[in-house]
Amino acid sequence: MIRIGAFLVGLFFSGWLLVSAAMGAFNFVKSPPAPTAEHEFHKKPKDVDFSFNGPLGTYDRAQLQRGLQVFREVCSACHSLHYVSFRDFAALGYNEAQIKTIAQEWPTEAPSINPETGEATTRKPIATDKIPAPYPNEVAARAANNNAAPPDLSLMTKARHGGANYVYSLLTGYQNPPAELKKKFPDSMPGKTTHYNPYFANLNLAMPRPLNTDGQVTYGEGAPKPTVDQMAKDVAAFLTWTAEPKLEQRKRAGTAAVIFLLVFFGLCVGAYKNIWADKKAHA
Amino acid sequence: MSFPWANEYKPSNAFTRYLDEKLPLPRFVYNAVGAGYPVPRNLNYFWNFGVLAGVALMVQIVSGIILAMHYAAEGTVAFASVEHIMRDVNAGWFIRYAHMNGASMFFIVVYIHIFRGLFYGSYKPPREMVWHLGLVIFLLMMATAFMGYVLPWGQMSFWGAKVITGLFGAIPLVGEPIQTWLLGGFAPDNAALNRFFSLHYLLPFVILGVIVLHIWALHIPGSSNPTGVEVKSEQDTVPFHPYYTAKDGVGVAAFFLVFATLLFFAPNFLGEPDNYIPANPMSTPANIVPEWYFWPFYAILRAFTVDFLFIPAKLLGVLAMFAAILLLFFLPWLDTSAVRSGHYRPLFRKFFWFGLIPCIVVLGYCGGSHATDGIVLISQFAAAYYFAHFLIILPLIARVETPKPLPNSITEAVLAQHATLQPAE
Repeated sequence: MIRIGAFLVGLFFSGWLLVSAAMGAFNFVKSPPAPTAEHEFHKKPKDVDFSFNGPLGTYDRAQLQRGLQVFREVCSACHSLHYVSFRDFAALGYNEAQIKTIAQEWPTEAPSINPETGEATTRKPIATDKIPAPYPNEVAARAANNNAAPPDLSLMTKARHGGANYVYSLLTGYQNPPAELKKKFPDSMPGKTTHYNPYFANLNLAMPRPLNTDGQVTYGEGAPKPTVDQMAKDVAAFLTWTAEPKLEQRKRAGTAAVIFLLVFFGLCVGAYKNIWADKKAHA
Repeated sequence: MSFPWANEYKPSNAFTRYLDEKLPLPRFVYNAVGAGYPVPRNLNYFWNFGVLAGVALMVQIVSGIILAMHYAAEGTVAFASVEHIMRDVNAGWFIRYAHMNGASMFFIVVYIHIFRGLFYGSYKPPREMVWHLGLVIFLLMMATAFMGYVLPWGQMSFWGAKVITGLFGAIPLVGEPIQTWLLGGFAPDNAALNRFFSLHYLLPFVILGVIVLHIWALHIPGSSNPTGVEVKSEQDTVPFHPYYTAKDGVGVAAFFLVFATLLFFAPNFLGEPDNYIPANPMSTPANIVPEWYFWPFYAILRAFTVDFLFIPAKLLGVLAMFAAILLLFFLPWLDTSAVRSGHYRPLFRKFFWFGLIPCIVVLGYCGGSHATDGIVLISQFAAAYYFAHFLIILPLIARVETPKPLPNSITEAVLAQHATLQPAE
């Protein structure tokens, strides 16, 4: 009885799946899906040789500091860094006094209340503050940017396929739309408020090209030349740090753990062989 | 229960004698996983995965309890509280990544454990109850994992919750009220997040309880073995301790090596980047996919694209997805072959390795991919095979197959293997 029932259920499910497949294949042949602009023009992020790649990679402190500079002078005009505090910059190699200065000189003030009247106001940020957002709320962010609110960047390299490579490729990927795009997919051409970038999911993004010219940011002594390429790499590295501040601790702990476990594994194999010796021998 | 030659627990000093009289817990442990439990001597490494699943559950419970101390189940702060754990809690990143990847490790070992049971016929009498309890654990695990994935309240959490609870919306007439009732609202929100957190904390302990029943039921007939031949004499068995505790030690060490590699060097490899974007009901991700361990079932769900008479395709998909798991409960009656082990079943073995395993891998690949026409087509063939394999092919194989001769005993099989392994001596 069970087997007859099962047979019928199996026949129904399998049979209907094959019928569905046949109908799907027929439709596919009859009216093949139209190719999409994304499918033809979207590019995979470029591979960048970052210092933090690989199982033992670490952050390059100088690069993170340069990246912070790019973020402060360029990105922070529109993007927040919600989950990062000024005090966290200690990990970039700054001391307490330097962090205090960075906070004091930050382009945006921190929200506060007037202690006497209770009215909303702003004040100079201090080390324990989160990085102040450029807009007081999402509505303001939308209003100032053609209805496209700039996303928070704290976790950006973990929130996109390709991570730091994606951020770098996007920042350096702005270009004029190819003539072929105009010919084949006129609807996918950038509009008045969007900009063509083949590394962006739907090819056109609201953000105008943020890094325009070499030397847009002035790096300190001994730093590499602030080319667009270099600035994009530096800020991508910085945003990797904001997304994964414990990366170095993680890899260090991991190396110790794996070495320990290899020894432990060896001991377990030894114990196993020893204990089973008599059973294996006379078997 | 157990075999007449099982070692008997002998309390060695005054304290253990006293304890044995008042609360024989040491005796219980001795008989369950100690020297008092005789186990077939020929178990291979596939028999390690039950213990490994237990280890994985313990990792999840311990790391989960610590996470719950820092997590806030409230829609506006849940995402930020997870970031707080990652950044500000001492070793919070370690605990959180351990819990995240621990779930994947749990499913990896449980899937291998299930496939062990499928290949070696562990579901056959007298162990049907062990199999059924195992499937109950599997269902509970799936519910727990799904609800746990919602808690960080990222984009995939939110949309995953919406899609999965939406499955109940496919039930005719009462579907939508049921969905609203389950979520405590029309879409996943604070009410859903809170009940998911509550249940996510509860269910692992229910799983623990069913594991006790699973092991209890196992100890009545005793463990199965790769030959599928039942234990006949003392020669066929060794005491669980120290023989299998030592072998499980090797398994546990290997398990933690893989786990540590994943956790420390590729913690987000198995995750979706979208879940690092806070939940946003106004923006649908381009591709909503569940975690990898649900991919085969997700592929079956999406494989139904055509209505059958008055049954909408969506409802068919939901029914098929649940049927894909529930049919496993009927296996003891579908596969009537008297031979348990796939080793001695030439036809069964071919369908297992060249039919079922590739079929599940393909379904998994399709479930994790963007549902293009090609992917849906492939998953339809794979899903058709999946149902045919269990419901049609397996009962037929049992009828037509001529199994290879079985060894007379476990010991004979072990001796024969040693003879072929050392021909030069």
